[in-house]
Amino acid sequence: MPAIGAALDNGKTEEPYWKRVFSGFEPSKKWLAETKPDVAIVVYNDHASAFSSDLIPTFALGCAAEFPPADEGWGPRPVPIAKGDPEFAVHIAQAVILDEFDLTIVNKMEIDHGLTVPLNLLCGKKAPGEQWPFKIIPLAVNVVMYPPPTGHRCYMLGKALRKAVESYPEDLKVVIFGTGGMSHQISGPRAGLINSKWDKNFLDRLTKDPVGLTRIPHLEYMREAGAEAIELVMWLIMRGALADKVDEVYRFYTVPASNTAVGHIILENHKRASAAGKARTRYAAARAKAAVRRSER
Amino acid sequence: MARERHDYDDIPGTFVFDAERCREGYPINTFCMSLMKDANRKAFKADEAGYLKQFHMTPEQEQAILKRDYNRMLELGGNIYFTAKLGATDGHSFQHLAAVMTGSTQQDYAAMMLAGGRSVEGNRSISGKDKPAKAKSQSPAKKRK
Repeated sequence: MPAIGAALDNGKTEEPYWKRVFSGFEPSKKWLAETKPDVAIVVYNDHASAFSSDLIPTFALGCAAEFPPADEGWGPRPVPIAKGDPEFAVHIAQAVILDEFDLTIVNKMEIDHGLTVPLNLLCGKKAPGEQWPFKIIPLAVNVVMYPPPTGHRCYMLGKALRKAVESYPEDLKVVIFGTGGMSHQISGPRAGLINSKWDKNFLDRLTKDPVGLTRIPHLEYMREAGAEAIELVMWLIMRGALADKVDEVYRFYTVPASNTAVGHIILENHKRASAAGKARTRYAAARAKAAVRRSER
Repeated sequence: MARERHDYDDIPGTFVFDAERCREGYPINTFCMSLMKDANRKAFKADEAGYLKQFHMTPEQEQAILKRDYNRMLELGGNIYFTAKLGATDGHSFQHLAAVMTGSTQQDYAAMMLAGGRSVEGNRSISGKDKPAKAKSQSPAKKRK
């Protein structure tokens, strides 16, 4: 994903190699522009930027008013400072902790490419002086040190997030991004592993059989799809935050982007034919549409 | 104390960065984090062995860093997102590091990725217990599709 970020920052998006990757996100950009969310909860992982090995929170929710891009060794990426939604984030934190998920609250945090590259892919290039088109609540998940949370734990956290969003008094349109994954291994002699068949099966089941996906043990992610593919547990937080029944709006998959596979899917809560009038209004805050996205280093 | 055996130790060519390695590799990863600052990068480059002294590593860890033995760093508790900062300090791209760790040239590694990456077939299990695993070859030239 740093490679994707570098391609964006260095104006390489029109080169054939990168165009193949970026063009896959064009329909998603359109979808997001039409959806016009107020807030995006972005589930992502930090890559030794905000968190070193001094402190390794399993789930950390960003409650700050803004999140500047981190200097990952070659200066901060030239992107806008992400504006948070502290009131909403704190509401979520309280609701979710009382729902038995022990989040870490973060009131000061820089965000790295794990968050800013997905934003670029879905919003296009934005200069530091510009604004992202919605507020951002980062949810950092430890997927760097083993063991990360289980897929089931992530899925259940997603469900708790949904309840927290629904109970917020303000009527907001919320999207949730699951990032990270899909198959990739970037460490050790087995680096470069890609398992497209496994990835595609994961995408199929994300819509139809998320509960089945929650039973995948960590060993299987690592063995079948590469040591770093374990990041896919983050997608299950996104999936848990959606309705049990969802519609697949869009999907894109390509290999490679530098060292990894790129998979991307947009899911929307299944539209009920009878939803109208009052009921619609009541559920507006709850309609967490989800963009899952991914890509890596 | 010997490292506890885990199911994931059966995955070939893989050093899972678990809590035990995280503890063992704390000095390596803390050293790598220090390279986020330009002044530290310069101090390290000026006197590599001297700079490492402040992190209280084992001699094996120091040697792995001085020799840029990236796989050994992982084995001794380094994590790839941290050790990549050392690679960046040396002016290397991530793909260069990946090629080094797999024992291939960057050109061959890039060609493997373009051809769809390293196949999982034959790369699932050291013990061979895992059913689809047959060959143990980790040849980077292996292509899928």
